Amino acid sequence: MPAMRLRQAIATAIADEMRSDPTVITFGEDIAAAEGPFKTTEGILEEFGPLRVRDTPISEMGFTGAAVGAAIMGMKPVIEIMFMEFLGVALDQLVTEAAKMRYLSNGTLSVPIVVRASVGGGLGFGSQHSQTLENWVAATPGLKVVSPSDAQSAYSLLRAAIQDPDPVMFLEPRVAYAERGEVDTNLKMELGKARIVKPGKDLTIVALGQMVNVARAAAAKISADVEVIDLCTIVPWDKQCVLGSVKKTGRLVVVEEQPESGGWGSEIIAAVVAEQFATLKAAPFRITSPNAPVPYNGGLESKFLPSPEEVTRQIEEVMKTGKAPQPWWRREGVN
Amino acid sequence: MSAGMNRRRLVQTDPVAQFERALEIREFENQINGLFAAGTIRGTTHLCLGQEALAIGLAAVLRPTDPVFATYRSHGIALALGMTPESVMAEIMGKATGCCGGLGGSMHLCDMELGLLPTSAIIGGGLPIAAGTGLAFQIQGNDRVGVAVFGDGATNIGAFHETLNLAAIWKLPVVFICDNNVYAEYSRINLTTPIEDLHIRAESYAMPHYAIDGMDIDAVTTGITQAVERARSGGGPTFIEAKTYRFAGHSRADQALYRPEGELDKWKPRDPVLLMEQRLIKKGLLDSETAEKMKSSMKDVIENMVKVCQAAPEPTVDAMFKHIWTPKVRA
Ligand SMILES: Cc1ncc(C[n+]2csc(CCOP(=O)(O)OP(=O)(O)O)c2C)c(N)n1
Ligand SMILES: [Mg+2]
Repeated sequence: MPAMRLRQAIATAIADEMRSDPTVITFGEDIAAAEGPFKTTEGILEEFGPLRVRDTPISEMGFTGAAVGAAIMGMKPVIEIMFMEFLGVALDQLVTEAAKMRYLSNGTLSVPIVVRASVGGGLGFGSQHSQTLENWVAATPGLKVVSPSDAQSAYSLLRAAIQDPDPVMFLEPRVAYAERGEVDTNLKMELGKARIVKPGKDLTIVALGQMVNVARAAAAKISADVEVIDLCTIVPWDKQCVLGSVKKTGRLVVVEEQPESGGWGSEIIAAVVAEQFATLKAAPFRITSPNAPVPYNGGLESKFLPSPEEVTRQIEEVMKTGKAPQPWWRREGVN
Repeated sequence: MSAGMNRRRLVQTDPVAQFERALEIREFENQINGLFAAGTIRGTTHLCLGQEALAIGLAAVLRPTDPVFATYRSHGIALALGMTPESVMAEIMGKATGCCGGLGGSMHLCDMELGLLPTSAIIGGGLPIAAGTGLAFQIQGNDRVGVAVFGDGATNIGAFHETLNLAAIWKLPVVFICDNNVYAEYSRINLTTPIEDLHIRAESYAMPHYAIDGMDIDAVTTGITQAVERARSGGGPTFIEAKTYRFAGHSRADQALYRPEGELDKWKPRDPVLLMEQRLIKKGLLDSETAEKMKSSMKDVIENMVKVCQAAPEPTVDAMFKHIWTPKVRA
């Protein structure tokens, strides 16, 4: 199995899909000639040429909508929104147009687009270029929302996303673009299916994107035997996998990168509590960022993001007390 | 040291003072370049090398009460408007003494006393807001002017067109300044935009428009003065395209290898700082010996300033929660 960087896994998945399906096309800002600001489309223009691989003007609304139009006429566009924040200027086309196409055509239209966007903090890009913002799209029926955590899942999930007949928002953890991992190009992963990346019997962590690595690092240090689930897809999320795991462990912690309010982790905890309250041995809770913009200063940014140390501390505490610990900002009385 | 200490608004039009400020911007950007290359500063940065005259001219014409909405590429505008190198550099270093307390970074500069509104890192983000300030001034009946500065690439985004139309139909006191530096990231303008004379886009909004030589401080000053006067006197918005050239790469890691061969060399003699110097010498306002002295002392000043910023304190953890909502008013 070849080891490749996450960004190369993305490029490889796009190339493999373009090879096997001539309707797959790709466009975005500086993704063709420059091969992507994060080099996620390396070699794509060279192999597939300028008809199928295009640079766009800085016109996210225009090219997102163009992807929708091309999709309903038989193409499979994979578009790149360089930073998730830039989806803001294009949100209508995805949330209000693409996500309603099938519904408003009485089931006749299909919108097989993939909107790729880099997400997340940790690189000192400041408050307008560091958010994950999955809740912008996760509350829109009609969209699927997927986020890989390593090279293998980036490859397999992106292929599945491109093959999927519905609009898929594909959130790529920017901080992990350069990370290497083995990639089996024959391994298929389904949208809507989570993966257990570390089995354990005492407590279940559900994480997504760059938080999967954080959870794994914490799991390696925690004295209890922790199971780590990489959720992979937020919409539709893999209830079966999570419920099954919590049935076994009786304890649940969701680690989310985004601010405390309005996260998908609440959805998961609500479902677990509602459906199998009796199996719980401790209060389920979430570890998130605080309700604040992502700070630029390096020290503050690492404090802001859930870290292996903070996850470890909170999990050791719940193992002891059975109660949900305070997040650091309440414990330290700073917010 | 507080962020706004020793603000130095460049209200006078003394050409030697302007040249000195241009040297400051040039030296500041060179230092930033080195600090990023050495890994001393994290994140990203966008240099304004080649675009100094536009910043200086803007500052010479506007009043501190005219809000300027600029972009992530605004170190030069910030310094020209009078922010101290310390408050900008400390911000870029993420220090508590920076203009945003170290929470903003290179792309997010602000000094309300000087008329620099928070710079936006979203393309087109500042245009509608600049128009909105013009709306407020129109209703309030004062002679303030809203200003948006943005790149050539921004003229392809929806917010640009919506805002020009709105400003035109409401006759808002706004000046739109497009800094056409030929590139948007790694793409030359011809690859993304069917025309290179962007000011003609304003024609379809029936808005007065013209191009100016953005490398020439006098042309910049004249061009912006005309637009600002129109706005102040109730004549509505103007669209100015400043023809400049981006001497550096797009952001810190970019070597700009995609430039057509010879293009940079062709522009080098049009270096705005060089042109200022040549003009001053020609007019007898400066001799080359003095110019050289100014440059080397500016280098010392900026280098020392960097040391001061490096020694400045980091923000404390509670800072990240300070300015999210209006503070609770205690009875
Ligand atoms: C909505 C949005 N899309 C894309 C970007 C990424 N981006 C940052 S700078 C830039 C190029 C802008 O070019 P231009 O407007 O000419 O300004 P310049 O950088 O040349 O000053 C792009 C595409 C962004 N910040 N916001
Ligand atoms: Mg430009």
